[in-house]
Order: sequence, then C-alpha cells, then structure tokens
Amino acid sequence: MPVKDPHIIIQPEDTDKVYTTLNLGPTHPATHGIFQNILTMDGEIIIDAEQTVGYIHRAFEKIAEQRPYYQIKPLTDRMNYCSSPINNIGWDMTVEKLLGIETSKKIDYMRIIIMELARITDHLICNSVIGVDSGALTGFTYVFQEREAIYEIYEEMCGARLTTNMGRIGGFERDFPPAAIKKLNELLDRLPKVLREFEKLLMRNRIFMDRTINVGPISAERALNYGFTGPNLRAAGVDYDVRVTTPYSSYDDFDFVIPVGTNGDTYDRFCVRQEELWQSIKLIRNALDNMPEGSYHVDVPSVFLPPKEDVYGKMEALIYHFKIVMGEIGVPAGEVYHSVEGGNGELGFYLVSDGGRTPYRLHFRRPCFIYYQAFPEMIRGSVLSDAILTMSSMNVIAGELDA
Amino acid sequence: MADTNDILEIVKKRFETEIISVEPSSDIPSIVVTSSSVYNIIEFLKNDKDTGYEFLTDLCGIHYPESNLPFGVVYHLHNLADNRRIRIKTFVPLEKPEVATVTPLFSAANWMERETYDFYGIVFRDHPNLKRILNVEFLDFFPMRKEYPLEDPTREDKDNRFFGR
Repeated sequence: MPVKDPHIIIQPEDTDKVYTTLNLGPTHPATHGIFQNILTMDGEIIIDAEQTVGYIHRAFEKIAEQRPYYQIKPLTDRMNYCSSPINNIGWDMTVEKLLGIETSKKIDYMRIIIMELARITDHLICNSVIGVDSGALTGFTYVFQEREAIYEIYEEMCGARLTTNMGRIGGFERDFPPAAIKKLNELLDRLPKVLREFEKLLMRNRIFMDRTINVGPISAERALNYGFTGPNLRAAGVDYDVRVTTPYSSYDDFDFVIPVGTNGDTYDRFCVRQEELWQSIKLIRNALDNMPEGSYHVDVPSVFLPPKEDVYGKMEALIYHFKIVMGEIGVPAGEVYHSVEGGNGELGFYLVSDGGRTPYRLHFRRPCFIYYQAFPEMIRGSVLSDAILTMSSMNVIAGELDA
Repeated sequence: MADTNDILEIVKKRFETEIISVEPSSDIPSIVVTSSSVYNIIEFLKNDKDTGYEFLTDLCGIHYPESNLPFGVVYHLHNLADNRRIRIKTFVPLEKPEVATVTPLFSAANWMERETYDFYGIVFRDHPNLKRILNVEFLDFFPMRKEYPLEDPTREDKDNRFFGR
C-alpha cells in the first residue's frame, strides 16, 4: 500500500482528481501580516480555504482586567495600528460614557480632526497596497509620503507616530500646537492634488480594473450575515456608518456623504475608500475652520490629571494626581457598549465595571476578526492572484485580528 | 416602527417563562434569558418583522465565579433600519456550560463562538467547527476564567491591593 501524502487530498468519489494543498502564510510577503491560509487548489483554481489566526495574540482582554482605565489605552493602540488614534479615542469615549462625562464642542472637533486623519492613513495604506498587490508600486510610493506627513502631525500633537496613545479620558493632554496646525493646513492643501494623481494612476486604469472588478465579490445579504461593517459593507451597498446612525463626538454637526458601492467586489471597496478619503479631507477642513474656543479638556479633576506644576504646589492637585495614577477614579458599576467607525468597520468596546479600579470585563468588537471569516466564501472558485487582491482589499490588520 | 419598549413587551409576551429579567440600562436595553431558549429568542428577534434585529454586532463570554450560574454569553443585536440595539444575556452552570449555537442564523457567530469557547470553555451545541481559535490547540485550560491569574500566583514581592486586582 502506498504511503499517503497528507498534502495531496484525493476525493473518494473521483479518484482521478488530485487536489493540492498550498500554505499561504503565516509569513508570506503578500499577506501583509502574520496569518495563514491553507488553500485547497485544483491547478490554479481555489477549491477551499481555511484560515488560521492567532499568531500574534497578546491577551489584551485578560491584561485589561488587571489594569487601571488609563493604562488600557496603550493596548488599543496595538490593535488596528494603521489607525490607532481612532482606537484611543474610542476607548476614551467608552469610559466617558460609563462615567457620564459630557465633552465640549472644542474637544469633539479636535477628536474629529484626529480620527479623520487616522482614517486617511488607514485608507491610504489599504488602497495603495491593493495597487502594490496588482503590480502597480508607483502609487504606493507617492501616497506614503502623505502618510509620513500625517505621522509628523501626530508627532507634533502627542509625540508619538504609530502607537500614538493620544488623548486622555475627558479630553486631551494639551491643545494642538501651532506647528501641528501649520502642518495640517499644508497637508490639506497638498493632499487633494496627490489623491487626484493617485486616482489617475489606478481608478480608470484598464489593467487595474480588469484585475479588480468582480474579484472577491459579496452580496449585501451575505455581508450583513457575516457581520461586515465599514467600507467593506458599504461597498456591498449597505449605507451603514456608525458616524451617521449613532453620531458620537458631534459628527452630526457636519455635512458629509457616505459612499456606497453595488457589487461588493475589490474595485468597489477601493472606490468607496477613495471617496471616503475626500470626505475625510472635507470633514477635517470644516472642523478646523469652525473650531470653537475653549478648554481642551473637561473640568473633571477626579479623572483628568492636573498640570504637573500644580502637583508640587497644591494639595488638591497632589491628591488627585496620586489617586488617578493609582487608578482610583471612582468608576460606577455598570455596563456600556460604545462603538466608533474605525478604519475598517465598527470598532466596539463592551465594558463591564463592578466599581473597581479595573474593568471587570472588557471585550473589543474587532471588525476584521468578524468579517475575515467570509474570506473562503469570497475567494472560492477564483485564482490565487485574485485571492491576494481580495485579502488586501478587505483591510485585514493582523494586530486587530488577533488582539 | 415600534420603539424599544414595545419590542420588550412583544418579547416578554411571546417568551413569558423563558425571560428571567429585563435589566434597565443607560445605553442598550438588556434581557436575561434561560440558556435553553436563547436560540429561539434570537431567531424570533431576527425574523419577526416588528423586531427585525438582523445584525449580530457582538458575542462574548463573561465569568462571575461567585454566582451559581457562573458563565455568561452576551449577544449584542442591532436593527440597522431603525437603529435599535438590544443585549441578550444567558447564564450557564459550571458543570454543563452549554448553549445552542446561533451560527445557522448568523455566519458571523462562527468565530465569535469559537473565541468564547477558547477563552471560557463555553460549549456551543451543534457548532460546525468548535475548536480553539486564538490560543494554541493543546492548551488545557480556559485562560479568561477568573481563577487564572495573569501573573505568577506564587509571587510574594507584590501586594495586589496596590496594583489593581
């Protein structure tokens, strides 16, 4: 009896048919992250796929049960690291919801500017990488300069670039410095030109369209059943956006359009993200022009750290400083669910508090963990190179997938 | 379009004996139901035209070691058309932590249930592929249960009263 090769699956009903198994990943240059796909292939055609996730699981939910509230924010940075400010601010808003803190318009507008900047970086990376995976490296090199410019703005605002840990519970640690405003204005002047250039390279490019149209499609019904959110759901034709349905951080003050696609294929996802970039620029411009006067933080001394010079001279400031650093901010018992529109979908925080200094339970609703399940269904029957494009257009971020 | 109170009334009337309590909540109305009926209630909430919770936002586990039904499963459902959310909770005993899977209703539940099984050991009956997802397959405990400390429990140099839990 011949020795059975585990990599060759012979279907019992059709013994002539031999399927091969192909390991795509865990470290494959085209997967942009550590995740594995075990593909069953009939020649070039994908018969089935099975994903293996968890390669960079870091037990954030367990760690969060041991940490005071303000120390959980650095964990959120490391989920979707392409748009970490959205995660940071989403977490701040969750705790504020539990504490019942109302933020002022000034804080809301500052948050909108930062969150939309993060959305721009996220979509720029995703869309330019679709180009790279289809063989067009040029656009990527151009838009990465703008991503760098946005990271310089983050640097002016908070001192960090990728894992920003930006903002505080109850506002921001400081106002936007003039250098950040100057760089932001320069970026807003330059970005439309770069985006137009980028769109000229790809959007009506015959080769790019042939590579992406009808590649990895999903119907609106299946997308909803699979829990799709964000640009991937909108590309399938469902106009669900957390910023509009459940406005947070004064998004309802602004006028912006939610783009939707029709087929839910790679090209639609690309176009939806591209249009969202334009809407984000508009939102930042409006928020910057209408920025109200006022303080950059809410007056909640029991939650927001006092200025350092007061800590050395004033008794109350010293007490509050000590209590906040030790995590005693007086969180009530209760549970909240708060969601924000992250770079790739509805980023939710389900927080259960028993009144202690750490959360009793914290669950992150990570959008790409939920929609990545649909990947085998989307690529079944297509060729390998289309599977790569589908994966990069889904904007699956390994850090968020595995938390 | 019915508002949330009407929905709660409809569900209460339909599943009188299965609903344990309705919790008033500041953000999302939540109901606690028996573990044997959770599938039927979610199916009703999804398919009934008055309720229409067609989107499964989130599914996760929770552990209350002091309780006699220590393991909980929390479902967040969303009616996208009317923008209403509802939270369903069910609790199961330590000896038989088992609930029916909702994968036939929502494909999205597949991995979320696997994640819940992986961390809490809650078994989802009739799940198509119930195995660990984020942790290694040969792990012989369920790490999110409260009895597993994050740090080395034999450590003596650190007083936990001063460092969180």
